[in-house]
Order: sequence, then C-alpha cells, then structure tokens
Amino acid sequence: MSTIPTSKPETTIGTPPLQEGVALTAYAASAKSKRGRRLVFGRPLVHLVLIVICTGAIVPFLWMLATSLKTLEDAMAFPPTFIPRPFQWNNYSDVLTNPKANFLLWTRNTVIIATLAVIGTTLSSAVVAYGFAKIKFRGRGVMFAIMLATMMVPFPVTMVSIFSLFKWFGDVTGEPWLGTFKPLWLPAWFGSAFNIFLLRQFFITIPDELSEAARIDGCSEAGIFFRIILPLAKPALSVVALFAFMGIWNDFLGPLIYLQRPEQFTLALGLQNFQSQHGGTPWHQLMAASVLVVLPVLILFFVAQRTFIEGIATTGMKG
Amino acid sequence: MPSLSRARSVESKNLLKGLAFVSPWIIGFVAFTAVPVALSLYYSFCDYPMLQKPTFIGLANYRELWNDPIFWQVLRNTFIYAALALPLGMVIALGVAILLNTKIRGQFIYRTIIFLPSLVPAVASAMLWLWLFNAKLGLINVALRAVGVDNPPGWLSDITWAMPALVLMSFWGIGNTVIIYLAGLQDVPRELYEAAELDGANSFRQVWHVTLPSISPVIFFNLVMAIIGTLQVFGTPYIMTGGGPARSTYFYTMYLYDSAFRDLKMGYASALAWVQLLIVLILTAIAAWTSKHWVHYQGK
Repeated sequence: MSTIPTSKPETTIGTPPLQEGVALTAYAASAKSKRGRRLVFGRPLVHLVLIVICTGAIVPFLWMLATSLKTLEDAMAFPPTFIPRPFQWNNYSDVLTNPKANFLLWTRNTVIIATLAVIGTTLSSAVVAYGFAKIKFRGRGVMFAIMLATMMVPFPVTMVSIFSLFKWFGDVTGEPWLGTFKPLWLPAWFGSAFNIFLLRQFFITIPDELSEAARIDGCSEAGIFFRIILPLAKPALSVVALFAFMGIWNDFLGPLIYLQRPEQFTLALGLQNFQSQHGGTPWHQLMAASVLVVLPVLILFFVAQRTFIEGIATTGMKG
Repeated sequence: MPSLSRARSVESKNLLKGLAFVSPWIIGFVAFTAVPVALSLYYSFCDYPMLQKPTFIGLANYRELWNDPIFWQVLRNTFIYAALALPLGMVIALGVAILLNTKIRGQFIYRTIIFLPSLVPAVASAMLWLWLFNAKLGLINVALRAVGVDNPPGWLSDITWAMPALVLMSFWGIGNTVIIYLAGLQDVPRELYEAAELDGANSFRQVWHVTLPSISPVIFFNLVMAIIGTLQVFGTPYIMTGGGPARSTYFYTMYLYDSAFRDLKMGYASALAWVQLLIVLILTAIAAWTSKHWVHYQGK
C-alpha cells in the first residue's frame, strides 16, 4: 500500500484521479494476496449483507441497460417494467447518428487526447522516475519531497492561473491554445507526481547489478534506461498507462474549461452537452449514450485486470 | 588527493545525469505548479476580468468574500455534504471491506461487483442517477411506492432532499475506498487474531481491538483523501442540479468555477481558491495532529 497524501479527486489535466489510481493498484494487490487471516462471522449473514449491497451496486447498471433498450413510451410508462418490450436496439444507432450530438466525433477526440496523454505521461514519468530511483545526485531527496508535496495542491487552486497561462502561451506563439486539445494533453508530457512515485517504487526493486554490468560494457545511461529498465518495467508501465487513459476518459472539468466548440468536445463533455440540450430528456437515448461511454471502461477493466494481477504478481511488485 | 577529486567528478557527472532525467518534472513543476500557484496568489489580490490585464487591488477580493452571502452558503453546503458523505462513506466502506475479507465463497464476484461502480465516469453516473432519482418514473421512487411510501420525495427537485440524494449517490462509488481498505486488511498479521481468539475475543471484539488499530494508517490515508475529495466536489452536482434548487446543492468548487469562467472574475475566483486551500490544509493538519493518538504504525 502506498500511503501518500494525494489530491485531485474528480478531474485534473492529463493526470488520473488519484484515488482511482491507488484503488486499482490496491485492487490488483488485494486480488493477489491470499495470506491475510480472515475473520469468521456467521457465513449466511455475511452472504446476506453482501448480496444486499451488491444488489444496490448492480441494479443501477441493469436499469441503465434496460432503459437504453426501451422505446421512449416504454421508458416513460407507468408503472415502469424492467424488461424492455420490444428490445429497441436501434436506440444505439439513433444516438450515434443523432444530428444534435456527434458521439463518433467525440469518441475520436477523446481517443486522440488520450493517446497523446497516455504516451506522454508514461514516457516522461518513467524517465523522471528512473532519475529519482537509480541516479544518486545532490538535491534528489529534496526534489522528491517537493514532488510528493505537489500532490496536496487542490486542482481548483491552479485552475484559473493555468488557464490564463495557456491563454498567454497562445498570445506568445501567435495561435490560440485555448479551444484546442493542447491544454488537455501537453502537461502530461512533464510527468505526473503519482505515476513518478509509482514507477520509482518499481525501479528501486530492480537490482543495480544489471545496469552495472551494462555500464561496464560501455552502455550509456540512456541506453541502460531504454534497453534494460523499460523492458523490465512493462507491467508497471501498463498500470500507469491504464490510469492515464481512465483519467482522460473520465475527465469532465478539463474539457469543460478548455473546449468551446461542439466539434471538439470529448465524450464526457459531449454527453453532458447532449443531456442539457434536451429539456424533456429522451431517457432511452440518454441511457444508450451513457452505456456507450461506460462500456469501454468496463471492457478495459475486465481485459486489463488479469494483466495487472499477473504483472504485479510475477514481478513481485506491490503497489 | 586523487580519489577525492575522482569522487567529485563522479558526483558532478551524476548531478548532470540526474538533472537530465528529472528535467521533465522540473520544467513541469515550474510551469504547471510553482508559477501557477504563485500567479494564483497574486491574482487573488487583483481585479482580473478575464479579458483584461490584472490590476492590484490589495485585500478587496477577500473583503468582498467575507461580505458575500453566496460564499457563506457554498461553504455551508460543502461542509454539510462533507459532514454527511465523509463519515458515513468511511464507515460503510470499512464495514463492506471487513465483510469482503471474511472467508466465504464468491468473494471475487462480490469484490468485483462492488468495485465496478467506481469505474463509471462521473458524467455517465450523473446521467444514470438523474434517471434513478426522477421523481415520477425513477427506480428509487417506484421502489418506495411499491413498499408503501405514498408520497416519496422529489429528490433533486426538492430543496430538502437534493442534498441527501447527492450524499446517497456518493455511496455508489465507494468501491475504490473499499478496495484500499481490503488491501490494508490483508496485511494484518494473522497471529494477532489467533492471540485474540485464544484470549476469548469474539469477532466484533477482534475487529475493535485487532483490525481497527492494525489498519489505522489506511484509515488515516482514506480520511485525508476523503477530506480533500469531498471539499472539491464538482462534476456530479454541476451536471445533475446545477447547484439548485434554490442553491441548496451549490458547492464551493462550483462557485469557484462560475466566478472564473461564467462571471469572468478571475481575481475573485483565485481568492476563493486560496481560502479553499487554506481550509484543506487546516483540516488535513488537524487530522494529522489527532492521528498521533489513534494511528499505529507497525513496528512501533
């Protein structure tokens, strides 16, 4: 368990919501661990309570799915029923081709921003983490402490000044930065504190003998980093990449601040816009759109869950 | 002294190498943290209508804050939300984690189901809960009517029920806190339970005397995260209620956002931000200070 003070709960620029990152790491760690002694309560009672809680967790999902497959009349019918009749599959295609929304374009925008931010944050965080983990230099400890401290600064504190900074960047470079994707992915290329911390913890566990041997063979520091350390760090890097992706996919405040034209919206902003544009909300379509936004995240989770646990277990790393 | 000068040259070489590797972070720190924090402090003493240059006006923004009824209202709303969502959320999450840590079948399935909601993007869960809280057709009121509540609340459109609705909804995303507790629980040494069992402690006494002290560092971590998180609540209320009805769910960060990007009062928004930072720091400091009395680190 990494017990570090963190902030930025809902959304930040280019970095993942921290608690989610911590939780995913913890999830992988907890799935692996079998050694903890478990308390023994009355088992039927435990099952009962857990089933009630799980019902509360999953019924909203099912209700979303059910509504997304209903006709509008069926969704608005009173009293409501759970099973759609008939199954209205074309809600999904209707949403995707809705002239007032542009979910395909918004997906494309989100993927573009996410790709740039994921590559940026993974690469830069790894480079920085290597410096903190493997090179002994004066001031390293102080810098590392400052870096950890930056995680305490709430995003709203710098929200206004970073916005005006990007406005100024636009004035200096002669083309506007506001209303473009740049503010949403560029900061990711300078490493994010949580990811640097995570990767540093991982790099420290790699024995120095490996890089020493390469150094004697005349390998440069950059060579050691790219040819020895990075390949070994694949599992940890994929964890960072996943956090970064989810951070962008979920981000609402960033796009809300920086993007003005609907053609540039991300999925999260687009979905909110789609809802607020429709006064008498077409719930069936809104739920279909929501399912489309949730689905990739769920798929990714189920696919990556194994990679995580295996990666973390095989390398003996503990988040 | 050749060895000393060689050591020195290795040291300066290492310094250059180290700085080279760490430089992305240094640049990022200066550009996206240090300078913005300093600027934000400066702006908080300025009149800064977004489209013009900031002009220094001293403490005027802070004085305006003090006399601004909306400021006090968003502060009050935010504290009420935090006072409800934070302790309840922590207790529920811990309870669920302890249950999930018992030796039962289907653990993996329970754990996954409880974790799933916290993966849902804030905007999508806002849409979903708008629908669930719908006064007439929402699943919640349908269920309430089914069990005999004739006049269920109007939830998000009702001044007294909008806030409880948001608190209730926050429990849906509790999974990540549960998982962090769970990871902590699995590090509790089993000998402690065995010793407690020999002393004749029942399950509940074991939780109180063994589990809670053992995972107190994790509880502390989650507490600090929750303080910072709930005080910044923004996305879901912004989408679901827009702060209404009658500003009953208008939260601090929403007012900050509105001041900056709707009213274009960047200086005023910066002052709001600094007051927020101060509150976060004070509360975190209080938590850290009291933690001496209840957080036990292993090996101490």
